[in-house]
Amino acid sequence: MTVEAQPVGGERHRSLPTWLRAVRYYAYQYKRTWKGSVTTSFLYPVLYLAAMGVGLGSLVNKHVGVVDGLSYLDFIAPGLLAATAMQVAGNESMYPVMGAIKWWRTYYAMLATPLSVLDVLLGHLGWIVLRLLMVSVIYLGVMAAFGTIHSPLAVLAIPAAVLTGLAFAAPISAYAAAQNTDVGFTTIYRFILIPLFLFSGTFFPVSQLPAWLQPIAYATPLFHGVRLCRGLTEGHLGWQAALVSTAYLVVVFLVGCWLAERSYAKRLVV
Amino acid sequence: MVARQLVKRFGDFLAVDGVDFEIGKGESFGFLGPNGAGKTSTMRMIACMSPLTSGTLRVLGMDPATDGPKIRSRIGLVAQEDTLDLELTVLDNLMIYGRYFDLPKKVIRERAERLLDFAQLTERAHDKVDPLSGGMKRRLTIARSLISEPDLLILDEPTTGLDPQARHLLWDRLYRLQQEGVTLVITTHYMDEAEQLCDRLVVMDHGRFAAEGAPRQLIEEFSTKEVVELRFRSGEHEDVAMRLADVAERAEVLPDRLLLYTTDGDGALAEVHRRGLSPESSLVRRSTLEDVFLRLTGRTLVD
Ligand SMILES: Nc1ncnc2c1ncn2[C@@H]1O[C@H](COP(=O)(O)OP(=O)(O)OP(=O)(O)O)[C@@H](O)[C@H]1O
Ligand SMILES: [Mg+2]
Repeated sequence: MTVEAQPVGGERHRSLPTWLRAVRYYAYQYKRTWKGSVTTSFLYPVLYLAAMGVGLGSLVNKHVGVVDGLSYLDFIAPGLLAATAMQVAGNESMYPVMGAIKWWRTYYAMLATPLSVLDVLLGHLGWIVLRLLMVSVIYLGVMAAFGTIHSPLAVLAIPAAVLTGLAFAAPISAYAAAQNTDVGFTTIYRFILIPLFLFSGTFFPVSQLPAWLQPIAYATPLFHGVRLCRGLTEGHLGWQAALVSTAYLVVVFLVGCWLAERSYAKRLVV
Repeated sequence: MVARQLVKRFGDFLAVDGVDFEIGKGESFGFLGPNGAGKTSTMRMIACMSPLTSGTLRVLGMDPATDGPKIRSRIGLVAQEDTLDLELTVLDNLMIYGRYFDLPKKVIRERAERLLDFAQLTERAHDKVDPLSGGMKRRLTIARSLISEPDLLILDEPTTGLDPQARHLLWDRLYRLQQEGVTLVITTHYMDEAEQLCDRLVVMDHGRFAAEGAPRQLIEEFSTKEVVELRFRSGEHEDVAMRLADVAERAEVLPDRLLLYTTDGDGALAEVHRRGLSPESSLVRRSTLEDVFLRLTGRTLVD
């Protein structure tokens, strides 16, 4: 959706697609909070990898040996990368979306300008992509410092983590845009994000779950995100698994976008 | 801008009930009406932010249904509720808004400087918006709507919360914009503002137009030349109105006073005294839009 820019101020200038102008808004916003946010993005992996990977890991390695052929640190680090992507995307798609409609009316400011509802949505998702890029690059850096990267393919874990995040951001945004209070968000944390964090193969292989739970775990987007990230950083990803998991995440993302566009339009265009 | 049989429905509720209007380039057009009349609903349709339920609408010669973004790129909107970013600074609010219109930074900076001067916010340029007073925020919203130098400016109660000086500054600014060919569409609850600013206006009630015309024309059509305002002790107005029914062409009882509509105010007032009534205070004045408004929007108790 590009609207031709009229030549302003006598100089030619290249017109920026409308949805990118919405992304730029979040960049302005971020100027205020980037320090705290970057610090958190560092601390989170450092603390988790130190406590779970090294601390708990030494215990696991001593008593269990390897987990799925990996040391516990190597096992858990890429899992946490995917889980972090999920969490960041979830956080950015709940209060920020409802608030932009109900509290700050940011979306309405955008919609009085050449931006369309789709631009508003893509601007939001575009910003999440940038956030996920920042977070996963930092995470991967920390993983390298802990010595848990064993393949050059690990760089591909960055797009994998971004995709994992998007598969959550799109459907959660669809839900958030329809909310009037934050009650529903607690439900999402309690019944989706936290259970997935714990049971989707992040901390232990899904094969350890009771048989009846395993299909559910395999069906979650986080399982596929974890499988991609782990396979890429540790270098054991088969092309079939890669294809299935990527396709699965892409489908979840696209369906989420479709739902989100409808949800945004229903709420914003009245 | 042309609207034909414009209808806006929210569920079962009919907010705008088939209105027709035409607004020419460079014209200043006002919407008056009581709360809930459908003014904002109409503004939002004109601003291409709200789809029509039925009817046809052309804004700047284009169809909002298909050319929304293109039309909006030439519109400045002051919405009834502010949509400023409270966490950003005053200047950043102008910057980011100008960037939505894809203006180069340099251009926005130049314009922002002039607009902040006009909005008397130059000193606050680098302060956050949140702690500004209500009127300052309103002024910033108005300044922001001008950053894209729009051809059509839509102002939904722009001066609510502004002090008299800021209002006069805005009127002056709007007058000059109009001279430059900008079309103005304004809603307001201030009758003096409507009289000052609007070439033509409509009085809206229950989603329909109760009257349409130039302010002077409406006053002539719907009111008398002069008005006598009488203030009695509260509760007495109804009684007195009965006794004075034949003194004026029309009498209207408001909670705090009685209005007599007549061509000869002084004569009517003399008659009031001759009948032995002694109001606590009295005033003879010319009719204003307020009288038209009162008459048309059904806020009358005695007719
Ligand atoms: N999104 C909406 N959903 C349901 N009803 C609505 C919606 N927006 C407006 N209305 C209803 O439409 C009617 C007209 O509202 P509108 O905001 O157009 O009035 P207005 O003339 O601008 O009033 P005011 O002077 O108070 O600003 C009101 O009864 C209002 O409740
Ligand atoms: Mg209104």
